[in-house]
Amino acid sequence: MSSIKFLGAVISLTFLMAVGFISPAVPDTARNDEVIVEAAWARASIGTSRPSAAYLTIRNEGDETDVLTSLKASVSEVAEVHAMTMTDGVARMGPAGAVKLPAGHEVVLKPGGLHVMLMNLKQPLKEGEKFTLTLTFKGAGPIDVSVPVLGIGASGPVQ
Amino acid sequence: MKTVRYILWGLALLALVIVAGHQLSHFLGTDAENVDGFQPAFTLVNHQGDTVSEATYRGNWALVFFGFTNCPDICPTTLAELADVMDGLGNSAAKVTPLFITIDPERDRVETVAEYVSAFHPSIVGLTGTDKQVTEAADSFKAYFERVPQDSAPDGYTMGHTSAVYLISPEGHFVRTFQFRTPPEMIIEDLKERI
Repeated sequence: MSSIKFLGAVISLTFLMAVGFISPAVPDTARNDEVIVEAAWARASIGTSRPSAAYLTIRNEGDETDVLTSLKASVSEVAEVHAMTMTDGVARMGPAGAVKLPAGHEVVLKPGGLHVMLMNLKQPLKEGEKFTLTLTFKGAGPIDVSVPVLGIGASGPVQ
Repeated sequence: MKTVRYILWGLALLALVIVAGHQLSHFLGTDAENVDGFQPAFTLVNHQGDTVSEATYRGNWALVFFGFTNCPDICPTTLAELADVMDGLGNSAAKVTPLFITIDPERDRVETVAEYVSAFHPSIVGLTGTDKQVTEAADSFKAYFERVPQDSAPDGYTMGHTSAVYLISPEGHFVRTFQFRTPPEMIIEDLKERI
């Protein structure tokens, strides 16, 4: 009796582990030398006439400062890092320029802060789909990351 | 001797009146902020094409947010939070109207606003109007907005705007603001105490 229960438990556990393995909760991660890009996601768009935003975390595990010099997305004509600034409760947005990555630090792009502006969309960003974003660093060179599209009201990947 | 005593009593009474009066005015002052807050006024068009005014939403608490549909970061974040607030209010949701007022009426016409707000929550009402109507509406809320030229932005410009959410009472008075990124749970808690 008890051995059957044990076997049942082992089978269930194996099944659960397999399911967990098939659909990992961790978003795609990409690295090149010492620079790691992870936790990427983008917001679904309504059509193509308005810009959308993508968010991610960049970690510099190297010994030298690196710089994110340019971005290229498969879904839009333009992709650039923008910053949100808040002055006396008034929010303004604008290009952030080249993003510096000090050695041993991480830069987090998140709602209400830095974000990748995806402008002149070539196709609507649909929830559940993925697209490729290429980040080019001065030192580490180009890194491709797969970006999952979440809902328009999402605030980040579900942990 | 008696005169001195009268003067002393008189001074003590005066001090008491001053302290009590100060306390009372302080109490009335804080209370007045909630009861007699300024009354925003506007004439705009809702996302169904009907002309509306502040009077349209009397009787309900209103959560008012100024933004524009070409805004990919702050506006979706805030509208998603307002959607969470509406879902979290349960039965009290019927007593709250979330209003999204565009400050970019040139691009945000009725259909655009309708498409945008409905992507977040069915209860959110989108409002637009002429440049003049939108400016008057924002002024009446003491909200600020500006057009910022930007080469890389769609149509060559973006908008800067007040990012807080305004709470308006059922009588149409300004009650308070919720700053950008106030957790939905805090807004829900605040509203449930009032409703």
